[in-house]
Amino acid sequence: MTADASVQTPPLPARAPALFRVALVGNPNAGKTSLFNALTGYRRHVANFPGVTVESARGRIRRTRAAVELIDLPGTYSLAAASPDELVVCDVLCGRMQGETAPDAILAVVDATNLSRHLYLISQLLETDLPIVVAANMVDVAKARGLEFDFQKLSERLGVPVVPIVATSPPTIAPLLAEIERLAAGRRETSPQASRAKLPDALVAEIDGLRRLAAPKVNGAEAIRILLDRDGAAADEYAARGGSEDALTAARQRLAAAGIAGPASEVRARYAWIAEMLQGVIRRPDRPVVTLSDRIDRILTHKLWGAVALILVLFVVFQAIFSWAAPIMDAIDAAFAWLSGAAARVIPDGAVQSFVCNGLIAGVGGVLIFLPQILILFGFIAILEDCGYLARAAHMVDRLMRGLGLSGRAFIPLLSSFACAVPAIMGTRTISDRRERFITIFLAPFMSCSARLPVYFLMITTFVPPASYLGGWVTRHALVLLAMYLVGVVVAVPLAWIMRKALLAGPASGFMLEMPSYKWPRWQAVLDRMWTAGKKFVVGAGTVIVLVNLLVWTLGYFPRSESVRTAVEARGTAAGWTDERVEQELAGEYLRESFLGQMGHAIEPVVRPLGWDWRIGVAVIASLPAREVVVATMGTIYNLGEDTDEESESLREAIRSARWPAAKTDVKTGERENVKTADADLSDRAAVGAPGTPVFTLSVALSIMVFFALCAQCTSTLVVIGRETRSWRWPIASFGTMTGIAYLAAWGTAVGARAMGW
Amino acid sequence: MVLSQAPKSEWVKIRGVRGDCAVCCRLMELGFVEGTECCVLGCAPLGDPIQVRIGCCDMSLRREQADLIEYAVAS
Repeated sequence: MTADASVQTPPLPARAPALFRVALVGNPNAGKTSLFNALTGYRRHVANFPGVTVESARGRIRRTRAAVELIDLPGTYSLAAASPDELVVCDVLCGRMQGETAPDAILAVVDATNLSRHLYLISQLLETDLPIVVAANMVDVAKARGLEFDFQKLSERLGVPVVPIVATSPPTIAPLLAEIERLAAGRRETSPQASRAKLPDALVAEIDGLRRLAAPKVNGAEAIRILLDRDGAAADEYAARGGSEDALTAARQRLAAAGIAGPASEVRARYAWIAEMLQGVIRRPDRPVVTLSDRIDRILTHKLWGAVALILVLFVVFQAIFSWAAPIMDAIDAAFAWLSGAAARVIPDGAVQSFVCNGLIAGVGGVLIFLPQILILFGFIAILEDCGYLARAAHMVDRLMRGLGLSGRAFIPLLSSFACAVPAIMGTRTISDRRERFITIFLAPFMSCSARLPVYFLMITTFVPPASYLGGWVTRHALVLLAMYLVGVVVAVPLAWIMRKALLAGPASGFMLEMPSYKWPRWQAVLDRMWTAGKKFVVGAGTVIVLVNLLVWTLGYFPRSESVRTAVEARGTAAGWTDERVEQELAGEYLRESFLGQMGHAIEPVVRPLGWDWRIGVAVIASLPAREVVVATMGTIYNLGEDTDEESESLREAIRSARWPAAKTDVKTGERENVKTADADLSDRAAVGAPGTPVFTLSVALSIMVFFALCAQCTSTLVVIGRETRSWRWPIASFGTMTGIAYLAAWGTAVGARAMGW
Repeated sequence: MVLSQAPKSEWVKIRGVRGDCAVCCRLMELGFVEGTECCVLGCAPLGDPIQVRIGCCDMSLRREQADLIEYAVAS
């Protein structure tokens, strides 16, 4: 529920005018989310701010007499925004956010263990002239560190209420509720008695000057941002509202002459004010108290033991997504197979039955099958983030990721996409830097996910001659499998570099990551994260995925002519086939004649250089919704019935024995024409595709594997990319790039392997 | 002397941040201002970034950013 870029949700419902609106503001890690949940009881409405990919959660505060709405804003260190998320905070507080007025009050959360830094934001918030209540969170942790506070004194100095709380412990927030209630009842317009940081005189003069101008009206906090943040959004926005650029330039020149250029003098003035406010408020222990968290950190961020611990944690996460999810996924698979079977018994044979069983039920099943992995990954991310380890993990692998132009934060999403790119792409929300997040999203599908495994498994066990080395410890099959996993990584490294340099270039945002004290994860919060992620995937992405699956079903089913059935049945009777064999032959024949089959023929010239025939082309198109479909499609196309899996011996036999035809049948006319070399401007035509030679050779198998290792044959991934980037350009670019690279790499593999005589 | 070369586990007093780039401003906003005390706790397994304690808060800083922070004396 952190405010991050995310999926689109319906617009906010109209608010009752009597609603008192409170903005929840604070630094990252101040405990905003915990407080929001404690005040609203996990009941919230999530929506995007208009025009930006920043999410906001809203909820009614429980247990107040007045109707109070809490608006959760993104965590920010300062109103001088360094990211789109942070910009939203300033926009909302100053009433610039499209479609809504400024909030009635601010609830500012500060971390008591680090009051000095957290008061920095407070000093800026006071200049917005909005009434403020300060919640000093984590007083329990501060106490453990030996800190003592005089919040009464601080409150008097600041001129606003300061309430000590422990956001995770509901009884402590009762006094805070009372303060919010008082605010809502009084509807104070400003806090006139509030203290202000003493900014340099020249700056104060310019702020007043700017505010005296006829239009547009700005508050003090806004005026500072407009004056000081060079090439910042605040100045652009000011100009857009009709602010005089000449007046601003002149004001900036006067400031520069007074020695104030950029926000450095502002920062110094505010910290001087903070020192003054905290004088005699905090009592520190004579010697720093070494807490349990510190002791844990000595091991978990240790140069050696930290690395060992990280590898262990990653192994558990990876193993969980990879294998714990498997039985649940199998169960889902079985449940939908059963459902499909049950439906087939109820609905008579025909298009409707196939639509329901193979289109609809299979489509919905294809969406839900991802759910266990998504829930497990999000469960782990929530636990690791909540207990504070995620920041340590990012800290430890940052150096490794920097080579890619990324930071430590991209590591967990990229690693988990080896299990499945879908939850991994959703998991990139923990990356605050926008460009970094988009690069990570783009790279995630290149990591070999578990859906590629059936393809590798089928091809390797069928075509790679077994051999073992080093006394049986290393087998050739395992080495080929490892190579397939490395292919994606090898491609991703230069791609990341190119993207960073060319497409998403810009100044490095730096890597400054707070490492919060360790604490026990709150299970309710973890379950809440899992629930939210699961719901988003099923409701948001699921519908589109099902639609695409239905489209592919339609292409694979139609047209169906009775003449095909008659012809196959006649052939079956002549050859004395069993009913089952007839059904299998029929399924294969229908698929060959379908739009999908025709598309396979149409793309045959394209896949020919790879040494593939049209049937592999059909399998590639049919597997667009999901890679794993390719094995079953090959089964159908080689007439094996639909419940084929990669371990089926008959499929291996069938594809081993598949031969290039001596003549090929034109699907539409049924005319037979000789394979001519006239249209073979493909140099390798003579070597590959000679009539009667096997279709599947080791080189073809390798090129199929490399193609599937790099291609974007997964609707779910593409849809999730679209939803997470809020743009259709990204999934299209992703699909184009991946398919292009996959094709070239498959071609290179085929040519290379043939040159080796495989 | 810059923070990236500060002795490990010793509290030092910050003199200021060099330059006025966006990253410099953010560092200052995070509390790396004159007079604040901080302590380098250690570094990540690959030697970078470093873990710095400022107040009661631990931050992970890349060495290139720690290079911008000057400190005066061990305190």
